[in-house]
Amino acid sequence: MSAGATISYREALRQALREAMQRDPRVFLMGEDVGRYGGTYAVSKGLLEEFGPDRVRDTPLSELAFVGAGIGAALGGMRPIVEIMTVNFSLLALDQIINNAATLRHMSGGQFSVPLVIRMATGAGRQLAAQHSHSLEGWYAHIPGLRILAPATIDDARGMLAPALADPDPVLIFEHVQLYNTEGALSDAWQATDIRRARVHRAGRDVSLVTYGGSLGKALLAAERLAGEGIEAEVIDLRVLRPLDAETVFESVRRTHRAVIIDEGWRSGSLSAEVSARIAESIFYSLDAPVLRVCSEEVPVPYPKHLEDAVLPQVPDIVAAVKEIVSGHD
Amino acid sequence: MSHTGVYPVPCDRAVAFELLRQMLRIRRFEEKCAELYGAGRIRGFLHLYIGEEAVAAGVIGALKPEDAVIATYREHGHALVRGIPADVLMAEMYGKRTGCCRGRGGSMHLFDAATRFYGGNAIVGGGLPLAVGLALADRMQGLARVTCCFFGEGAIAEGAFHESMNLAALWNLPVLFCCENNLYAMGTALGRSQSQVDLCAKAASYRIPARRVDGMDVIAVSEAAHSVAEHVRSGIGPYFLEMQTYRFRAHSMFDPELYRDKAEVEEWKKRGPLHTFTDRLKGQGLLSEEEFQALDAEVTREVQAAVDFAEAAEWEPLESLASEVGAVSS
Ligand SMILES: Cc1ncc(C[n+]2csc(CCOP(=O)(O)OP(=O)(O)O)c2C)c(N)n1
Ligand SMILES: [Mg+2]
Repeated sequence: MSAGATISYREALRQALREAMQRDPRVFLMGEDVGRYGGTYAVSKGLLEEFGPDRVRDTPLSELAFVGAGIGAALGGMRPIVEIMTVNFSLLALDQIINNAATLRHMSGGQFSVPLVIRMATGAGRQLAAQHSHSLEGWYAHIPGLRILAPATIDDARGMLAPALADPDPVLIFEHVQLYNTEGALSDAWQATDIRRARVHRAGRDVSLVTYGGSLGKALLAAERLAGEGIEAEVIDLRVLRPLDAETVFESVRRTHRAVIIDEGWRSGSLSAEVSARIAESIFYSLDAPVLRVCSEEVPVPYPKHLEDAVLPQVPDIVAAVKEIVSGHD
Repeated sequence: MSHTGVYPVPCDRAVAFELLRQMLRIRRFEEKCAELYGAGRIRGFLHLYIGEEAVAAGVIGALKPEDAVIATYREHGHALVRGIPADVLMAEMYGKRTGCCRGRGGSMHLFDAATRFYGGNAIVGGGLPLAVGLALADRMQGLARVTCCFFGEGAIAEGAFHESMNLAALWNLPVLFCCENNLYAMGTALGRSQSQVDLCAKAASYRIPARRVDGMDVIAVSEAAHSVAEHVRSGIGPYFLEMQTYRFRAHSMFDPELYRDKAEVEEWKKRGPLHTFTDRLKGQGLLSEEEFQALDAEVTREVQAAVDFAEAAEWEPLESLASEVGAVSS
């Protein structure tokens, strides 16, 4: 795919899948309804016709078994990409991900590795209520042995899969449900994402907005609004939730002296708590104000729109948090 | 397998009339829901039961008020037949505060303590272990009650199904396992997800007695449910009912139905539980066209009243967003 053309986030993911399967015969995709149905979010649409049912493999509703089988296939020399419909259902496979995928290299004294990629949708905002609206990527980022990625842009949707497959260890990719329909042009500088580094998405001198995934767009909107009021916010897309690229965050906060973290996860025990703690531990004396967080309200996500909106981080919440810590503005 | 019109309705007219009324209530309620979804009044996921009405009407009609019911995200029909008033159900579909769950749950999460309706579960297989536990509680408290658990044939691929069946059998628990075999789990046909498509054979492997029923025939379902509910209530142990049925509509409102032929759907529609039963009753002189029209008018009024109730209802105020997270606020 050449740079410049406008594509959707979904298409960018699909192109990455197609390219991966074309390049390496060991790569295959498996999951619920990835084939005949065309993918729950239509990411894999058309791939069954292109690659056949062996490599675009529909599974029964057996998350534990097919994720575990992905781990086994990776051990056995394949390069599986397992799609779990959504993070909500990954809970049925948690045991395999955490007790097997994340530990096998270490437990075996380095004899075995699990070169597996697991993709799943995450996040809220579609009025799907409590059981279908989780943002649990922060939980997974707690686990040593896993690499956790959250593509928030078209470039990263296109560019994260190849390096994830090249990683000899398990990689989980979280695709926010609100992003699939977003469109944009692949940037000229498009290339495989550096899956070790966060990315400064917008430069600014007054405050660092640290975020990822589905919240990046909200942070950018907040930054625009703030710019209108003379506050220049730097926006950092973490991209890699584990291992965290704290250095990029530190470098920014050392210049802005202020940080607001935006995370759709719940505040308690969250990824935002981790980022905040790292800042406090390492660059406390660079701060001119407390680190603030904009997170989801601590309730299961309710169905009605006005309540769901009230639960999730919103642009005005980000703006308000920034104004709280940037002096001279109320 | 019984087919429409070939044998007389064996029950009395009042019972037959009630079964018809319940099926019609489900049909008209859901037709209205589809319309309201198109108008944006109902949001999120909406899974219609149209075509499968005989199952809920027949099975739940065989239960007693003290029994418990657990269903899936395709549970509007079960909730209606169980006796949750149509108006509070519709208000819940809207997400209004007068809904049966104060709007928190919506279509997929209908709950009602008064009728012992334990949801409304949107995780495939999620209700099965709960049913085992409810039945365990009854057994430990010496209560001769039935816990009736509905689930789709897709759930049979989940570990939760197998673990629950085994536990219920091992401990002789009063669970009525009701499998709604509509041949598809989203886009995955039964034959593509099960090595053994004889579902009753699976029950046999846990030494659970099983029966296969024509789920398009409300009398067949009702008769089977009455007899097996008594078996379960007597304390002998669980029972497995496979109802062979078909959903006439898409899986949800987002499904382009690429995985099945229109002709197949049309073929099944000929066996539609509502019109075949109506024809049968008419053929036997148990129902006149005028009586049917009167019933339809009554049901249509009930549904319209429910819509009016939901439209007029207020939204839950934002101040109570965090209520009901725990008994003591967290
Ligand atoms: C654990 C889990 N995995 C996947 C899903 C997504 N999903 C929702 S309904 C469904 C199909 C279930 O089919 P079946 O059990 O046959 O019930 P039906 O929809 O046919 O009534 C799937 C895959 C889910 N809700 N939960
Ligand atoms: Mg089904």
